[in-house]
Amino acid sequence: MAIPLPILDEPAPSIALSHLDDLWFQVAGTLCNLTCRHCFISCSPHNHSFGFLSLDAVRRVLDESVQLGVKEYYFTGGEPFLNRDMTDILERTLLFGPATVLTNGTVFKVEWLERLARAEAASPYSLEFRVSIDGYTAEANDAVRGPGTFDRALRGVRQLAAHGFLPILTVARTDDDQNDTALFAGFVDLLRANGCDRPRVKILPTLRMGAEEDRQRGYRDEERITPEMMEEYDPDRLICSHSRIVSDHGVHVCPILIEAPDARLGAALAKSLGVYPLRHRACFTCYQYGALCANPSEGRRDA
Amino acid sequence: MPSHTRIAVFGGVYNNYLALEAALRDARSRGVDAVYCLGDLGAFGPHPDRVFPLLRDHGVLCIQGNYDNSIGEGLADCQCGYTDPRDNYFAHISYEYTFNHTSLANRLWMKELPQQRRIELGRYRLLLCHGSPRKMNEFLWESTCPTHFLDHLATTHNADVILTTHTGVKWQRRLSHDRHFVNVGVLGRPENDGRTNVGYAILTANPNFEVEFIPVEYDYRRLAAEMREERLPLEFVETVMTGWWTTCLEILPSKERRRGRY
Repeated sequence: MAIPLPILDEPAPSIALSHLDDLWFQVAGTLCNLTCRHCFISCSPHNHSFGFLSLDAVRRVLDESVQLGVKEYYFTGGEPFLNRDMTDILERTLLFGPATVLTNGTVFKVEWLERLARAEAASPYSLEFRVSIDGYTAEANDAVRGPGTFDRALRGVRQLAAHGFLPILTVARTDDDQNDTALFAGFVDLLRANGCDRPRVKILPTLRMGAEEDRQRGYRDEERITPEMMEEYDPDRLICSHSRIVSDHGVHVCPILIEAPDARLGAALAKSLGVYPLRHRACFTCYQYGALCANPSEGRRDA
Repeated sequence: MPSHTRIAVFGGVYNNYLALEAALRDARSRGVDAVYCLGDLGAFGPHPDRVFPLLRDHGVLCIQGNYDNSIGEGLADCQCGYTDPRDNYFAHISYEYTFNHTSLANRLWMKELPQQRRIELGRYRLLLCHGSPRKMNEFLWESTCPTHFLDHLATTHNADVILTTHTGVKWQRRLSHDRHFVNVGVLGRPENDGRTNVGYAILTANPNFEVEFIPVEYDYRRLAAEMREERLPLEFVETVMTGWWTTCLEILPSKERRRGRY
């Protein structure tokens, strides 16, 4: 069931797609083996709002992406590795370009990682694993992601490291008062202690919607983007200026807004490349932080 | 539009005037028509102002990198966009040092540099830029750029050859319709491969397009000694002495990151 999102009834600035750099796939729909308390689309083992994408569905979009000159491919969910086609999908993608998969790291099988290590070695492109852990202690992480998830995710990190991958820990700033410098240091130490000699960390703000709205708070009335705020602002920082996401429902403007009816732009990629008005309060977080969803290797995108 | 058949192209001088001297000497000995620099004259190394007389005396045709843009415009940082506090710490030291040791005249000179140049090499139309044809500070890594994406850049920017330097690691890709993408590498610091040399590129249209990456040996021990004298971070000195990057690592994709020591 789609969660109704607040759509502002005031004029909103519209953003054109400058180029489709980042093509996302909601490859596991809203299905996840975990039920994190801050999940902005409230994924869980029972949330069937969005379903899996099949290898054939992904393959068709990959073929279409060549003509569009797509730069990077991202896979998210839910938990992507619940999709039994995931290894095949990533192998296929690495024939086209770089692939990044956002995972909770708790369900890997050795056979999958062996195949993926071989696929990346044979490809000119990088395969990135972004592993979500939200605290560098079990206490902090498990309070948000569920009991036992800290140890299970770290096991996944060690499995990735053992197969030669360099996981990027993706950390949601679940406490507004947390200091990023201390967070970075805590996660770097954690990674080093778990087999990662090249620690990589990406810290993200939470999105104040879905489960997170109940855990902490929703957006405040003043947290919105007005046309005046776009003056002197580089729209390239916004995900919708360079991304689209494909789900089993069609093509949506960005990975954050898949549940918003107005953010579904069409059935096919080529028909979903138009302008989009920034009517959602979640757009405010993207506005504030920029390049929210992309890998650090893409840079911050502000000129 | 300038037209050539054989040129030398380098970028990322990063204050390394010793490597710049060696590269210019080497390029002249190989008989090139012209020498181009793709920007980032400052950062990392010692004595920024020693770079500019060499560029002028040898008639090097420069474009502006993000560092030159920042220093020229008096911005707060180098526009590399790091988020890791450790990377930002070192980037800040490097930027402050370079800014404070670059004369006003040289800062103004950098401010006026063009951000791109278009030239002809034989039958090929070359687009010279720093990061990408779209953005001065865009990272185009070998392992994150599909060939169809580079084809798109070449088409939309009307170029047969795109030249860049920003990421600091040389690479090249042949594109469709005899078009090419080349990162020419940098002169300022080794490219994270455990070797102390730096490098530049010689491009020829003879009549077909050819790239030769030229390794440049220079007096890196002297550079390291001067960096110590200037109290630049020992982490930077280690890179000069060992060939391994020690800072600003967060922006590397996994394939490029794995090749280094850190």
